Amino acid sequence: MTVSWSGSAPTEGPGAHASRADEHIDGNALAGSLREVFAVDVTVASGRCVGCGRVDTVAGLVLYTQAPGLVARCPGCDGVVLRLVRGPDRAWLDLRGVTALEIPLRP
Amino acid sequence: MARLAAVRDETPTARTLVLDVPDWPGHLAGQHVDVRLTAADGYSTQRSFSIASAPSGDGQVELTVQRVAGGEVSPYLADVFAVDDPVELRGPVGGWFVWRPEDPSPVVLVAGGSGIVPLMAMIRTRAGVGSRVPFRLVYSVRAPEDVIYADELRRRTRDDRGLDVAYVYSRQTPEGWPRPPGRIGLATLAEHGWPPDFAPACFVCGPTAFVETAADILVAQGHEPRRIKTERFGPTGPVASGG
Amino acid sequence: MGIVTPGFTGRPRPSDTRLPPGQYLTEDFPVLSAGPTPRIPLDDWRFTVTTELGGRREWSWAEFRALGDEAPTVDIHCVTKWSKLETTWRGVPVEAMLEDIESAADYALVHSYGGYTTNLPLEDLLGGQAWIVHEYDGAPLAPEHGGPARLLVPHLYFWKSAKWVRGIQLLLEDEPGFWETAGYHDYGDPWREQRYQGD
Repeated sequence: MTVSWSGSAPTEGPGAHASRADEHIDGNALAGSLREVFAVDVTVASGRCVGCGRVDTVAGLVLYTQAPGLVARCPGCDGVVLRLVRGPDRAWLDLRGVTALEIPLRP
Repeated sequence: MARLAAVRDETPTARTLVLDVPDWPGHLAGQHVDVRLTAADGYSTQRSFSIASAPSGDGQVELTVQRVAGGEVSPYLADVFAVDDPVELRGPVGGWFVWRPEDPSPVVLVAGGSGIVPLMAMIRTRAGVGSRVPFRLVYSVRAPEDVIYADELRRRTRDDRGLDVAYVYSRQTPEGWPRPPGRIGLATLAEHGWPPDFAPACFVCGPTAFVETAADILVAQGHEPRRIKTERFGPTGPVASGG
Repeated sequence: MGIVTPGFTGRPRPSDTRLPPGQYLTEDFPVLSAGPTPRIPLDDWRFTVTTELGGRREWSWAEFRALGDEAPTVDIHCVTKWSKLETTWRGVPVEAMLEDIESAADYALVHSYGGYTTNLPLEDLLGGQAWIVHEYDGAPLAPEHGGPARLLVPHLYFWKSAKWVRGIQLLLEDEPGFWETAGYHDYGDPWREQRYQGD
């Protein structure tokens, strides 16, 4: 699976430009970045928000990409569920906002 | 390294890029790729683009890019990127917003503007495997010239059994249109979607505000929230995972 | 570095020798945010300084605005590589707000409405290096840029200039904030290109 950039070594993380605040998309757009870290597609995984207990798929999280890192928040309480920072040669993934991820796998 | 093999103008502001991708493993309808562009001084940025084509087995992937005024990446891909130019591409990625032909449920597709792209991949995939699963598309645009794949959708509603398409025009309607322009609403989805007791799989794609409005309408109609899959592009078009 | 994409230039990026390494000049003012924009009515706005001794001092908006303003013109550098030169602000020097506060703290943790935090050594907030600003470019600071008030610490990467600032906690030990616990540098000097932990 072509999960790393075809034809080059991975480079720095985000360089963002936005003209309005509150622009968000959803966790579907995390698929590529998380696929560099995990062996499976994590956007189909679901987890419980530590702030309010709501269960959502990673794909359904409120995703802010216009920032020094990727920040995914709970659609229910806006609490931070997941953060991903991509450096030149490492990534930091903080999952403190979710109690556990349930990841569908082939039996 | 992906390379541009051909281009196809879809509307005055949207263009399809046909890319040759070596070792392309195939994809599911609804998945996307991340495209990275690098300037000569090393500055780079990336954007996600939905795959427009059905899996073809020939290592070619199509993306349809909508030029966003003032955008950084879409004007390059829509106007400058030339046949034989290379581009860095990562994917396919995204296992959530996908339609699998094995799923027998009827399908509701709700597209806002360039949100039609991954839904078109689903329509094309359905035709490619000869599926009879009933598909209903509600496609909202500002004006008639903004409809991407207009001719193909006309042809498919005629030839692909079980595909119905309804249009919503939010700013300007075609000549002779029986209603004034307006945004998508409960009445449109009640008339042109599937009723909740059919338990359809619903896919909603487009700008964030459109998706949230349309998803709220589907929930208000009575569809199970878990049966509604959404993919939000940025406010005016696809936004990067990572800027 | 990735392969160069033929013909791709991105937004205009004139080069300038006043830029720290790895930065590009910008004419606009990008809005970066990790969450929804807090909207704080001025009547509800408070700024609080707490110390390691349990001391506490609080200002209302009126009390804050009654403090003497300065009008710094500074260059700002975002870790996402854009820099903006000669930006103009108006606000209160942080040392004026910390003046009569008793503390042996070496570190500060800055708190914002909405939950954002960032850490830096206390001495980097003093000596004319930092302000709590309420005006940008001659107009009241817009919410999307951190209004009603934000911290301005231009000698460090701009993520340290916390938007929607609500207070400073003085601490004996350094406590990493929002981005610092996610891989960004605890200090963040753009001239030494201290973007990530370990740089």
